[in-house]
Amino acid sequence: MRKAPNIFMRRTVFSAAATFLGTVFALPLVWFVFAPFNARAELGLAIPSPFTLSNFATVFQNTFAMQALLNSLIQAAGGVVLVGAAATLAAYALSRSPIPGKGAVTYILLLFSSVVSGSAAMVPIFLIISAAGLIDTHLAVILVFAGGLLPTAMFILRDFIDAIPRSYEESAMVAGASPLQAFFDVALPVIRPGIVVVLVWAFVNIWGSFLIPFILLRSDKLMPASVAIYSFYSEAGTPIVTLLAAYSLIYSLPVVALYLFVNWKFGFRFFGGIKS
Amino acid sequence: MASVEFQNISKSFGAFVAVPDISFQIADGEFICLLGPSGCGKTTSLRMIAGLETPSSGRVMIGGRDVTYLHPKDRGISMVFQDYALYPHMNIADNIAYPLKVRGEQETRRHARAKEVADVLKIGDLLKRLPSQISGGQQQRTSLARALVYPSEVYLFDEPLSNLDAKLRLEARGFLNHLQRDMGMTAVYVTHDQAEAMALATRIAVMDKGRIVQFAPPIEIYRRPATTFVANFVGNPPMNLVPVEVSIGEGALLLRANGLQLAPIALTDVIAKAAKSGRMTLGVRPEHLRIAVAGDQNVVSGELFANENMGPESLVTLERGDNGRVTARIFTDDEIKVGTSVHLAFDARHITLFDDSGARIPAADER
Repeated sequence: MRKAPNIFMRRTVFSAAATFLGTVFALPLVWFVFAPFNARAELGLAIPSPFTLSNFATVFQNTFAMQALLNSLIQAAGGVVLVGAAATLAAYALSRSPIPGKGAVTYILLLFSSVVSGSAAMVPIFLIISAAGLIDTHLAVILVFAGGLLPTAMFILRDFIDAIPRSYEESAMVAGASPLQAFFDVALPVIRPGIVVVLVWAFVNIWGSFLIPFILLRSDKLMPASVAIYSFYSEAGTPIVTLLAAYSLIYSLPVVALYLFVNWKFGFRFFGGIKS
Repeated sequence: MASVEFQNISKSFGAFVAVPDISFQIADGEFICLLGPSGCGKTTSLRMIAGLETPSSGRVMIGGRDVTYLHPKDRGISMVFQDYALYPHMNIADNIAYPLKVRGEQETRRHARAKEVADVLKIGDLLKRLPSQISGGQQQRTSLARALVYPSEVYLFDEPLSNLDAKLRLEARGFLNHLQRDMGMTAVYVTHDQAEAMALATRIAVMDKGRIVQFAPPIEIYRRPATTFVANFVGNPPMNLVPVEVSIGEGALLLRANGLQLAPIALTDVIAKAAKSGRMTLGVRPEHLRIAVAGDQNVVSGELFANENMGPESLVTLERGDNGRVTARIFTDDEIKVGTSVHLAFDARHITLFDDSGARIPAADER
């Protein structure tokens, strides 16, 4: 019985600390939800009064910013398709075929991946893209992202595929399927939850990235939203908070939508229907 | 249906030799069980027939055709996997019909065929379900249906019943037995369960450390186990093996061991030769032991270690001091108390002798 008050105290302190931490993290998000609908939004938190959509109306008239959202979509979709397809095939091969030293290959790739998409490699990447004549193209951005994300994507997927019994494909092949049929009919559907996770992860990465498109692109009409967001800064460099907030909300919606869609359709589960 | 032949097959995984060198022939219509403890190379051998492993050397023939390097799909085989390997995203009908799909059969026709097979296996009303929505026994029958849905040269089974509970296993075993007699299928069946092998096989290949120790019909394996390994593996409970010292006297073989009383055994040339080492192993099956009465000539004695009542019979195990245990299957209602001394008798014709190296010595009435 002597311990009871002690536990009560500890729980109170813990709850208070958790509440404080939660508030610190929640406040910017609350601001993020309220500010776009406030015609006089500032960096301080305020409930919109009156509630207005005028910020959005102004943002929608900014053709550069709207084009930028489309550009973001093109670059993210291109990168996701490339990463998804290449990572699936590569990870499958690394998992299933007896390639000597395949473990080492995966780990070395993983090690370099952080280098490739990191800022340290920006100069060589710029030079390579420049030499390839791809500066100021969507393709340049897509390729660099794909190169940077692939190793990690392969690593995640290879682990995932390793955990799936080979007998799935073996039973398909014994039943008369070619390796290609076994892959598409049986392996691919079973791996799909893993692929979806990788696709979402790649999409979010490309969608939110600033440095690579900023360096590789020149013309306004190709800039993605992460760069275009700077058009809501005045020439003196101060943010126009109302428009910035509205644009940010629009910018974040596809990621939220993607998450909800995937969660509804696939449920972000790693394993399904495997009976051991 | 077709024959299967292994010609000097070996298989290594890196430095590990799974199968050193085996050769055997399976005739058309035979049901062969590869029986052995785990790691004896039986599954590896099966997978080499299926084409899921490539032999390190040697040739695999199916129906007289060299299939050593042929892809599994071109071998004309079907296989039931231990984990069933049902495709989790397809319903039962599509699972069963998948082999027909890859053969380019129309959807309506392959589903009609799947229904036929499913009905035979009593899963016809589950066709719209997913594998995760049916029981283990039903999954097992689905995987069996998938193997039976198209005609094959050889049917391969990789411990298909090991994930079922005891009752379902018996039922499935009976069904497979009926199927084999019905279809006359050529089948290779891997199992570590000797009862399964005894019940199903027309011939059993007992394997140990990648080698075939004995390849014979079940009754032969049971009556004349080639080595102590086979004797110890087949039978439930397995054959009692008692190390004995031997000598020759008065033109007969004399056996000696603690707690053992044995009538002299008639000499043959082979027995005389094997007796030179001075040691043999005496083998008697548990079902050939009975409670001794006065006048019995072959008796083994010891203290009762355990008495397990199995319903119709009892498993009586007695301990011969430090000389190991002997188990008997006895049909008796008598209660025997643990620790009391028990004498078990057996007939001379039920004795199996193994020489110093563990190989069986042919009895006098054999040629």
